[in-house]
Amino acid sequence: MISKEEVFKIAHLARMAITDAQAEHFSKELSSIFEHIQKLNELDVSDVEPMTHVHGVFNVFREDQVEPSLEIQEVLKNAPDVNGQFFRVPIIKDHDSE
Amino acid sequence: MSDITFKSVSEIRQGLASKEFSSVEITKAYLDRIEQHKDLNAFVSLSAEDALADAKLADRKIASGEAYSLTGVPIALKDLMLSKNQKASACSNIISNFISPYDSTVVVKLKEAGAVIVGKTNMDEFAMGSSNENSAFGPVKNPWNKECVPGGSSGGSAAAVSARLVPLALGTDTGGSIRQPASLSGIVGIRPTYGRVSRFGIIAYASSLDQVGAFGNSVKDCAEVLEVISGHCLKDSTSMQLEVPEFSSSLDSAIQGLRVGVPKEYFIEGIDPEVKVSIQAALTKLESLGAELVEISLPHTEYALATYYIIAPAEASSNLARYDGVRYGKRAEKASDLLELYMQTRSEGFGDEVKRRIMIGTYVLSTGYYDAYYLHAQKVRRLVKRDFDLAFDEKCDLIACPTAPTTAFKIGEKVNDPLQMYLNDIFTIPVNLAGLPGMSVPCGLDAKGLPIGLQLIGKPFDESTLFRVGHHFEQATEWHKQLPPLS
Repeated sequence: MISKEEVFKIAHLARMAITDAQAEHFSKELSSIFEHIQKLNELDVSDVEPMTHVHGVFNVFREDQVEPSLEIQEVLKNAPDVNGQFFRVPIIKDHDSE
Repeated sequence: MSDITFKSVSEIRQGLASKEFSSVEITKAYLDRIEQHKDLNAFVSLSAEDALADAKLADRKIASGEAYSLTGVPIALKDLMLSKNQKASACSNIISNFISPYDSTVVVKLKEAGAVIVGKTNMDEFAMGSSNENSAFGPVKNPWNKECVPGGSSGGSAAAVSARLVPLALGTDTGGSIRQPASLSGIVGIRPTYGRVSRFGIIAYASSLDQVGAFGNSVKDCAEVLEVISGHCLKDSTSMQLEVPEFSSSLDSAIQGLRVGVPKEYFIEGIDPEVKVSIQAALTKLESLGAELVEISLPHTEYALATYYIIAPAEASSNLARYDGVRYGKRAEKASDLLELYMQTRSEGFGDEVKRRIMIGTYVLSTGYYDAYYLHAQKVRRLVKRDFDLAFDEKCDLIACPTAPTTAFKIGEKVNDPLQMYLNDIFTIPVNLAGLPGMSVPCGLDAKGLPIGLQLIGKPFDESTLFRVGHHFEQATEWHKQLPPLS
């Protein structure tokens, strides 16, 4: 069971604003999904190694060489707000309640 | 109905080589057909001008004898594949205005092979969905019945190929997003082994599961396009350093004596009886072609869906953290500080299914729940893979089973119950968890005239066997020649 309060907490961690009605709705949906997920607890996996890559590949290294990258002005064309070569954002305030 | 748009890739190549038609002509014919069937909503953006310029270039290359396998052949891309100076939105409002400054590796390879990219196809937002109803640009209609979904998440690519709006299209498959829409739309769809095709320049959903693949109207067409897009890429460290076989040249090799595993866990309650009958008939057909059917067991199949709905959302919550309204995409207008900017932008930009999965992922990765959910799921994932390893080591050369438990369902029918919707992928998800290649080939129609797909699953990097068996099945049946009831 994922309560409405938990939904608000998760949404905040994920940086998504949600309304009270949405929290109610997501609480019901997520609860039903997690009820299904509980099925995994039937399995004893204490002696199983977690799998992070299907083919068992670990680090892949390359030479540390400088390669040409994209033109800054090209990339900035997609930015919502820029100042010269920088992305511009609103002020970063203190959030006492955080 | 223009015949020129009903040709296979090899027929197009022959037609181009013999000057029966030019690439410009065939590209125009397809663009006209896309316009004619706009109501399917299969495309979200077209690049007609660039396509015709590329077609003209292809015609010159063909004339001067410099043609490759796909030179002059039109193809469509799922909207999450980056193609320089073209839109790529993953059908999400949050990046609906994004124009790519570079090409993905698959696009580089397609261009090198001379393919003509005609546009971007509709999809579930960020590839999250099984019906294409989660798109910011509206649902796609199934060419076989316009009241039904085409499947998802690569629903636009599947509908486009099924309706012959293009001869080929690329898609991605994270939990079944190529095979399930191929099944529901009556065409062939191949999801290759994880690591076969570069993911560089593909908007990510769940990086340990995502893989690029292709749709076509025949196994051979799919084999030809997979040859072009496969291969190691320095920009994707999970792409494998392996030779790419010439998939299309070994299609005719005999399948005599090949052992086809039939997993008993894939014929469970809940599967549509008509689907079951068609799959059984398909298995009998494979047997009559000389393959040997072997009953196998994949005991952890019932845990695959739950495992997937921990691992995929966890990876998605991380991958989608980048959409915050700072560097690209849409930004909420009235934010007074940075935190509010993030919160409002993401709230306005993401659709409900994306929010749902980001929240599941955030939850299973959060302090106190990581071990119980995420780590646990990674362990079960190994058990799912081990089932396949054992089957391939001891019993069979490939596996055959249904692609989806049902045929296409009505638009709107399952939108209010996420878990019911997730069950569509119950037979496709295990392949992604194990990183295996899987293909869906048409194997029947139900009483309502809706297509049914047979899923073939192979050993890692053994797409060749899937293509070979699929090709033999096609030669012995007429299902892939059935056309949706369109003008």
